[in-house]
Amino acid sequence: MKKIYGLMALLALMLVVAACSNSGEKSDGDKKDKGGQASGQVEIFSWWTGAGEEDGLLALIDLFEDEHPDISVENAAVAGGAGTNAKAVLATRMQGNDPPSTFQVHGGEELNKSWVAADKMEPLNDLYEENDWMDKFPEDLIDLVSDDGNIYSVPVNIHRGNPIFYNKKVFEDNGIDVPTTMDEFFAAADKLQEAGITPLALGDKESWTATQIFENVLAAELGVDDYNKLFAGDIAFDDERVVKAAETFGKMLDYINEDHASRNWQDSAQLVASGDAAMINMGDWAVGYFVNDLDLETNVDYGYFTFPGTEGDFGVITDTFGLPKGVDNVDDVKKFLTVLGSVEGQDAFNPLKGSIPARVDADPSKYNDYGKDTIEDFKESRLYPSLAHGSAASEGFLTKANQAVNIFVTQRNVDNFIQALQNAAPDM
Amino acid sequence: MAKEIQIKNKKKISRDHWTAIAFLIPSFILILVFVYGFIGWTGYVSLSNYNTIVPDFSFAGLKNYLYLFKDFRFQADLRNTLFFTVLFIALVIVLGLGLSILIDQKLKGESIFRNIFLFPMALSFIVTGVVWQWLLNPSTGFNHFLKFFGITPKWYTDTNIIGGFQWGSIEFGLPVAIIAVVIAAVWQMTGFSLAMYLAGLRGIDESMREAARMDGASEFQIYRKIILPMLMPITMSVVIIMAHISLKIFDLIYAMTGSGANFVTDVPGVYMFETTFRGNYYANGAAIAIIMLLLVAVFIVPYLWSSRKGDNS
Repeated sequence: MKKIYGLMALLALMLVVAACSNSGEKSDGDKKDKGGQASGQVEIFSWWTGAGEEDGLLALIDLFEDEHPDISVENAAVAGGAGTNAKAVLATRMQGNDPPSTFQVHGGEELNKSWVAADKMEPLNDLYEENDWMDKFPEDLIDLVSDDGNIYSVPVNIHRGNPIFYNKKVFEDNGIDVPTTMDEFFAAADKLQEAGITPLALGDKESWTATQIFENVLAAELGVDDYNKLFAGDIAFDDERVVKAAETFGKMLDYINEDHASRNWQDSAQLVASGDAAMINMGDWAVGYFVNDLDLETNVDYGYFTFPGTEGDFGVITDTFGLPKGVDNVDDVKKFLTVLGSVEGQDAFNPLKGSIPARVDADPSKYNDYGKDTIEDFKESRLYPSLAHGSAASEGFLTKANQAVNIFVTQRNVDNFIQALQNAAPDM
Repeated sequence: MAKEIQIKNKKKISRDHWTAIAFLIPSFILILVFVYGFIGWTGYVSLSNYNTIVPDFSFAGLKNYLYLFKDFRFQADLRNTLFFTVLFIALVIVLGLGLSILIDQKLKGESIFRNIFLFPMALSFIVTGVVWQWLLNPSTGFNHFLKFFGITPKWYTDTNIIGGFQWGSIEFGLPVAIIAVVIAAVWQMTGFSLAMYLAGLRGIDESMREAARMDGASEFQIYRKIILPMLMPITMSVVIIMAHISLKIFDLIYAMTGSGANFVTDVPGVYMFETTFRGNYYANGAAIAIIMLLLVAVFIVPYLWSSRKGDNS
């Protein structure tokens, strides 16, 4: 009989341990949530906890504290790739009228269709005028963070979504030149496949990586103006060029690695680094991963080219910070945003994060070769906002588009895919 | 005198009674508000048009529910949950019972075995998910070993559906990828059913077996005719506990496979999280929550009903 009690006690203990470990996680999150918001303190909410990005954020905070020693900064970063966890925490806080002093948000519809539409943001036009920013950021970019003539956030960095990175050795060994058209791309892919190399690496454990390919095919097929019209609702998703883009996207998916569903983007980038795969379409945060984590050398081990059909276009992803309504130390927050938008601020943050500055007058000598190239491209290119990163359409449409892409990657049914996008279009 | 004592006792009892109620009331009110109140609130949201970040509580009727039942992803979720639950509960019961019978054979080092089997339960599903994600990864993990035998299963990246036929907008059948998730979940929870069954076996008086042996029953017959029927209440408890874990499962899937290609490993919990907090479809998310509640109720309500009857008798 004693043994039974012992067993029961053990069981009870394990339940308690399990319960504690759960509640432990929770209370940790709660602690982070409750930031003091007394005057003299700025709480910066972001999802920058990864290697380079956290260094960039800390450098930015250091710079700010040097300039404003009387204001302390609370770094309220929530871990989790692409901000999925942070966005959930942010939504809870914003809905509960407990906004952070300022928070990271992608410029575009992620800002406009949610927080601006919910009337939770203060316009920052006066800040732009005070600092003479109107001609320091590209016009396309200011449009992206504006709604009805009001500017709602300050862009700190730019990432590009339409490079394709490739393994230089694999290309050389197989005698492949950098493809500039879709036809050349498919010819190269066939050649690679015959040689037993996966032509295109994909890691779509999270669907946005596949959605990112589709958005670039769309931009190639439609051009920047019609791409924007598509997401403004002026062109329907059953337009024949969208159908053609879906077919091209499907054809590209014939060349991906078989285990794509078990990989995240880093795992798929590794395939290119190791030479098991030749190419990957990834945002240029991959540069930081290649250089810092995998010790590859730019233009020696890996190279890059623009997604075929999008030359002269720039798939743009920008992190921005705004001013939520109901914050009681508005002046302090504006001081922080001023530093964020200054040349010094952008040049402190971006080289570490591996992105390029959003300002057109930053100092290119602080950036690596890839960065210098991209800074040049950024000045001259037309910008098209990324769908996969929430800039082109609302989060609601993006969620449904990601679902449609996930199904399409397996089923390759163009009609169903177009239909699903069409059904989701009212949510854009 | 006797009468007086009786009255005193009565008073004392009723005072105890009131103290008990006074102690219960705070937690009763808290549960009423924070559990049942919010269930009601979720139900209310699920009938509204609150599908953007801007709250909109206008009445939408069953629109959100109808949307879900027509939705490819939700249909896939229900299919996955069904097969996951059936396989998971069956394996946990069979393995738990089998192992507990073996351990119950008074073997040496019994407590070591018991602890080894129980230990996975101390881990969080997140840890289990991450570990099994590596073990069952088709390009690393077990397949390094299995390829010597010429088999390389694709585990959770397999998009095939066993016995699949078109039903609604999905292919109905057992998704191969779900088997990988079941393996991880069974690995974690078998220890629990083992402990339950072991406690049950220890509770069966040795004299019962003795009596059966005297009557000439074989060991097999003893287990089949005496032990198993006596373990029925334990089995009931295991089924209820496992069912409510598997119907609400989220963390294991989230850490191990995500939604999977073509949603072969997606479950309502993951869909609810993504659609609510990424897509801002609050009303759709609330509708999924209510459907999950009803699914769990299918198991819990009969159980509560039967235990209530037990109280009366």
